[in-house]
Amino acid sequence: MEKFTKVSGIVASIELSNVDTDMIIPKQFLKTIKRSGLGKGLFYEMRFDEKGSEIKDFILNKEPYNRSKILVSLENFGCGSSREHAPWALVDFGIKVVLAKSFADIFYNNCFKNGILPIKLSENNLLTVINHSKNPKNNLNVDLQSQIISGENIHINFEIDSYKKLCLLNGWDDIDLTLKNEKSILDFENTNLKKWLKPQHQL
Amino acid sequence: MKPQTIFDKIWSNHIVNENSSGESIIYIDRHLIHEVTSPQAFEGLRNNKRKVRQPEMTLAVPDHNVPTTQRNQGIKDSESKIQVETLIKNCKEFGIPYFPIDDLRQGIVHIIGPEQGFTLPGTTLVCGDSHTSTHGAFGSLAFGIGTSEVEHVLSTQTLILKPAKNFLIKFVGRLQKGITAKDVILDLIGKIGTAGGTGYVFEYVGELIDNFSIEERMTICNMSIEAGARAGLIGPDQKTFDYLENRPLSPKGKDWEDAVKYWTTLRSDKDARYDKVLEVDASKIEPQVTWGTSPEDVASINSKVPDPNLFKNAEKKKSVERALNYMGLTPGQNLNDIDIDTVFIGSCTNGRIEDLRKAAKILIGKKINPAVRAFVVPGSGLVKKQAEEEGLDKIFLASGFEWRDPGCSMCLAMNSDKLEPNERCASTSNRNFEGRQGRGGRTHLLSPEMAAAAAIKGKLFDVRKI
Repeated sequence: MEKFTKVSGIVASIELSNVDTDMIIPKQFLKTIKRSGLGKGLFYEMRFDEKGSEIKDFILNKEPYNRSKILVSLENFGCGSSREHAPWALVDFGIKVVLAKSFADIFYNNCFKNGILPIKLSENNLLTVINHSKNPKNNLNVDLQSQIISGENIHINFEIDSYKKLCLLNGWDDIDLTLKNEKSILDFENTNLKKWLKPQHQL
Repeated sequence: MKPQTIFDKIWSNHIVNENSSGESIIYIDRHLIHEVTSPQAFEGLRNNKRKVRQPEMTLAVPDHNVPTTQRNQGIKDSESKIQVETLIKNCKEFGIPYFPIDDLRQGIVHIIGPEQGFTLPGTTLVCGDSHTSTHGAFGSLAFGIGTSEVEHVLSTQTLILKPAKNFLIKFVGRLQKGITAKDVILDLIGKIGTAGGTGYVFEYVGELIDNFSIEERMTICNMSIEAGARAGLIGPDQKTFDYLENRPLSPKGKDWEDAVKYWTTLRSDKDARYDKVLEVDASKIEPQVTWGTSPEDVASINSKVPDPNLFKNAEKKKSVERALNYMGLTPGQNLNDIDIDTVFIGSCTNGRIEDLRKAAKILIGKKINPAVRAFVVPGSGLVKKQAEEEGLDKIFLASGFEWRDPGCSMCLAMNSDKLEPNERCASTSNRNFEGRQGRGGRTHLLSPEMAAAAAIKGKLFDVRKI
């Protein structure tokens, strides 16, 4: 995974609560067997009409927001389906940071596996960022190491789990890390895996 | 020893390793996989020359993307076909047990896990699907994961996790006649909201839960995720053991006895501590139906579409306005005056045999409204067979329903079962999100009994008055 250190870019705001993963990437894009190329499906039904033409006034279709690296939304972002296609679509579109009041658990975890930094902000800080984003000339800087969001008249300290931070900063692969503990896994299996836990498949 | 909740017990019995920042490597006993969220995980294994650690603790089935008609002609949609074929190829290559599309045991992952006895109390169970919470009905710590985590489990049989918090949902009082498990869970989601359970595992207790059948408990646990919870749990009891005994993959003989002995220790200790407790009076619950585009947008069938202006929170007001606009509804409109044109009975929430029996009971000797397109999608091949042995298919067909082959179908509309723009569906599934059942489609979530009533009347209707 690519290392995450700093991101500087335009912020697009989607001022809705409960943005679900069906909204972020609708089902027709789930038929792929690849992780790449999903940016075209990001917020598809909000970005394109039934004939496939761009809906001009949707934020991600407008200059310069179509080049946003940061997305800001309200409560419970990423709820619903566990589809990792949602962070894949965000990454492919160019989004590296999502700011929201709260996130749904599965989506939140999925972000870290794909080099996206999801940040929980208080309502006041969120409103500050949303107002700031209305000016298309405004850039926002997100620094993971110092845990600071900065911009024109903005200085916000944010919280992040120390282990997740370390993984993002180093671009570590979770599986590699876990496999370093292979001996512990084997020990666990030898002592804890009861015989009744092994299913007898008849295929 | 400190009193523990069932979650605490399962969690502590699965810790392989703990790191200093509170993350643990947790052992995973059961892994269900399907065609949609697994291809990229297998690709990852191949790219890194990794193996599947415990193939026999994994079970694969195609469900999301399969057609529910004309199965003998194969899968017509080329992308869906590639996805299902990819699953077959991956299972063969990595030695994972797999139920093919033409196998009687094929069905929705969350239906076949319990049906086969693959789901067991006290286990950790995961699947690349958010409705994995269903299996909590057996006292299995079961939750949905993303594809990267699917790859992690395939390769290491573990996940790196932080413990969830304990949320006790305690039901008191008796249900009124004609109220179902679906009404109970929809009512609960309405009360605590779609984010109310974020960071928690729900544990459902009370006489109501004890009296529910295993299938009704599955309906409850299934929709825990719609309240944001990581998982839902119900302590196993004799009903749980009776359901699982002699299932194809459940333990046999001495193993069964050992397992039951362990399972009886799983229920939460009397003085266990919870981070949050909610008491729900079950006697007040009415038949529920959703009116908006989030499962929390739910109300009694005998109430009205809410007025956005009555919501004090400006943001909620805006979201209700958006939902009503999408749903084509007017504030103050009676919910039982809303005409529907489609009825879907099925899904991992309500696609089991008891659901079909209950819907069929309403439909005996009746015809559905001619303006309604209605279909039943059994949750698995075995549910379908059982229903046919009981003659339920004949009841559905005689009333005007279509009788389909098993799969996820119009719960998420990945196959050709979908709504056209502005079509309005009474659905026994679990999500009423914008576009969930097809772009521009409008979904009203309800119980199988209420779905049957809606089919007969051609509108949302209180099944108790049929």
